[in-house]
Amino acid sequence: MTKPARTLYEKIWDDHVVERRDDGTCLIYIDRHLVHEVTSPQAFAGLRAAGRQVRRPDLTLAVPDHNLPTTRRVDAQGNRLPIADPASASQLAALEKNAPDFGIRYIDATAAAQGIVHVVGPEQGFTLPGTTLVCGDSHTSAHGALGALAFGIGTSEVEHVLATQTLLLQQSKTMEIRVDGTLGYGVSAKDVVLAIIGKIGAAGGTGYVVEYTGEVIRGLSIEGRLTISNMSIEGGARAGLIAPDETTFAYLKGRPMAPTGADWDRAVDYWRTLPTDADARYDRVVQLYASDIAPSLTWGTSPEDVVPITGVVPSPDSFDDPSKRVAAQKSLDYMGLTPGTRMQDVPVSYIFIGSCTNSRIEDLRAAASVVKGRHVADGIKQALVVPGSGLVKRQAEAEGLDRIFTEAGFEWREPGCSMCLAMNPDKVPPGERCASTSNRNFVGRQGPGARTHLLSPAMAAAAAVTGRLADVRELVTEQA
Amino acid sequence: MEAITQVEGRAYPWGAKNIDTDIIIPAHWLKTTTREGLGKGAFESVRAEPDNIFDDPRYAGAPVLIAGENFGCGSSREHAAWALGDMGVKAVIAPSFSDIFSGNAIKNGIVTVVLPQAAVDRLVEVAKDQPIAVDLETMTVTTPYQDRFPFELDPFRRQCLMEGLDEIGMTLAQDTAISKYESGVASARPWLNGRSGDAGVAVDGAGRA
Ligand code: SF4
Repeated sequence: MTKPARTLYEKIWDDHVVERRDDGTCLIYIDRHLVHEVTSPQAFAGLRAAGRQVRRPDLTLAVPDHNLPTTRRVDAQGNRLPIADPASASQLAALEKNAPDFGIRYIDATAAAQGIVHVVGPEQGFTLPGTTLVCGDSHTSAHGALGALAFGIGTSEVEHVLATQTLLLQQSKTMEIRVDGTLGYGVSAKDVVLAIIGKIGAAGGTGYVVEYTGEVIRGLSIEGRLTISNMSIEGGARAGLIAPDETTFAYLKGRPMAPTGADWDRAVDYWRTLPTDADARYDRVVQLYASDIAPSLTWGTSPEDVVPITGVVPSPDSFDDPSKRVAAQKSLDYMGLTPGTRMQDVPVSYIFIGSCTNSRIEDLRAAASVVKGRHVADGIKQALVVPGSGLVKRQAEAEGLDRIFTEAGFEWREPGCSMCLAMNPDKVPPGERCASTSNRNFVGRQGPGARTHLLSPAMAAAAAVTGRLADVRELVTEQA
Repeated sequence: MEAITQVEGRAYPWGAKNIDTDIIIPAHWLKTTTREGLGKGAFESVRAEPDNIFDDPRYAGAPVLIAGENFGCGSSREHAAWALGDMGVKAVIAPSFSDIFSGNAIKNGIVTVVLPQAAVDRLVEVAKDQPIAVDLETMTVTTPYQDRFPFELDPFRRQCLMEGLDEIGMTLAQDTAISKYESGVASARPWLNGRSGDAGVAVDGAGRA
């Protein structure tokens, strides 16, 4: 009997159904669970109150990231420095207690392997193709870059997974987002995903699991693919998959938590069966061409507010949808922008290179290549580089990237979420404008009144050295 | 969780689009280790504006919120649902919701009602001076002006709301099925088994480029 043609998503789904109910809901097994300090305390409290255990602590990995200050964590003697904010300190203390109490592997705030949960998972080989992976954080979609069905969950679901290692889910619709062609000079994975969100809109992927396909995606490194899958949620999709291939296997081989020996060979054989069958159908197909994608950035307060760097601040009247017109006007007021202004004429005062979207080694290299031999412009009040993990930091230091940044006037920090979400001391002050490699430009996201422009690491570096939103292609020549 | 069959009362006639979780509850409110007390942080940036809808005495304590497309987009923080619940909201009506938010809302006894844009526009008008009723028995939203808008909700979520079910307890009752699945995986995909809790986290090999 031949099996019906299936997509990557459908294959992973089918292999994880514990039970199918009459109403179509399925009990889905969860292979990997990442836990951080912000969305877990209430879940552990719930387990305690009900006298429940963690079913599979061996499939669970905990690491703090959101609250941690990115300044030094240990003093000269190696003693841990306290966290000043008592609420942050108590959230961290809760995870530090909960993880060992429930037998969960825990990466300590001062460990070399500590980092943003979505950087740590792939880096450790905890994230594997064909797995179901969840975390109480919406950017869990990032792990889809390795061919894992990965999505963010709320705290009640965190508790449900801890207790049962399963979730009750309805199967999603499927959407293929195909990007063909060859990326132009200076165009990165971040520009591709911004272009995608600009095209489908912030709600375009709601109810869908996306699969990214096409030449451009195939040609990206795992770091670039993680940037794309990471922002699936900004387009409304809970998960964004990329089929595992040789690039994926090469990335995973030898990572601490990846399979070894005969297990590795068996795993690779299985992973090779996962890509979408040639005659499988998606519920919706969206096509983009690389030649249409320029270095891009956001102008407003929704990630769908995307323009190429060569563009201008749009006029609210240019939108057909009346509610979008109202929203655009509000965004422009908040952002302090006037329609018609060239994006390249907009000055910035804060630079943030970091977050789970763009804090991996490749991102830091891209930014450093622009910064090298230059200096942060006069109008910049703060420029931060925050590596995604201690291991990324170590690698960057081995390559001398830290010196390129610090000599140029950047601050080189300890790993964490930092200025991505204004939950730790790193914030953009009210009214200040930040060129940020993070993923959300919402009102108040980087601090009350903060104005965020999302862009790639190379573009953030270009903004840092020019003091305005700048076209990276004018700073670095193609041969360099 | 409390069982819920009907939500009736005043409604915030808001209708705003793309309301993200950072608007519902900003990140600095997330440093809590309990579920309570988040209502005072709800819509903080909106409330900072004069004449905002949430401080309008006509709607004080309203159990219904009417919003625009893509309500609850952004982060997975369940704090958004806890904050709404804490301010007394028991139903949100919008043309669409983010997937994660609607899951979280329902787990906290907040009904997410999807209605077409035209119906939402009408309800925003009516709600300015009249109450709105959301009924899970009949699956309709009604107004004193005889408006009647039917809506859908998946049967399982509806049942959870109407019976106030403990989902974890229900799943734990399926323990045999879960164990059976696990032993199947142990032989079919043995590499998925994790290592024990004290194995620590290796550094070698992870950080390479
Ligand atoms: S870096 Fe930002 S988006 Fe990523 S997990 Fe941290 S707070 Fe969330």
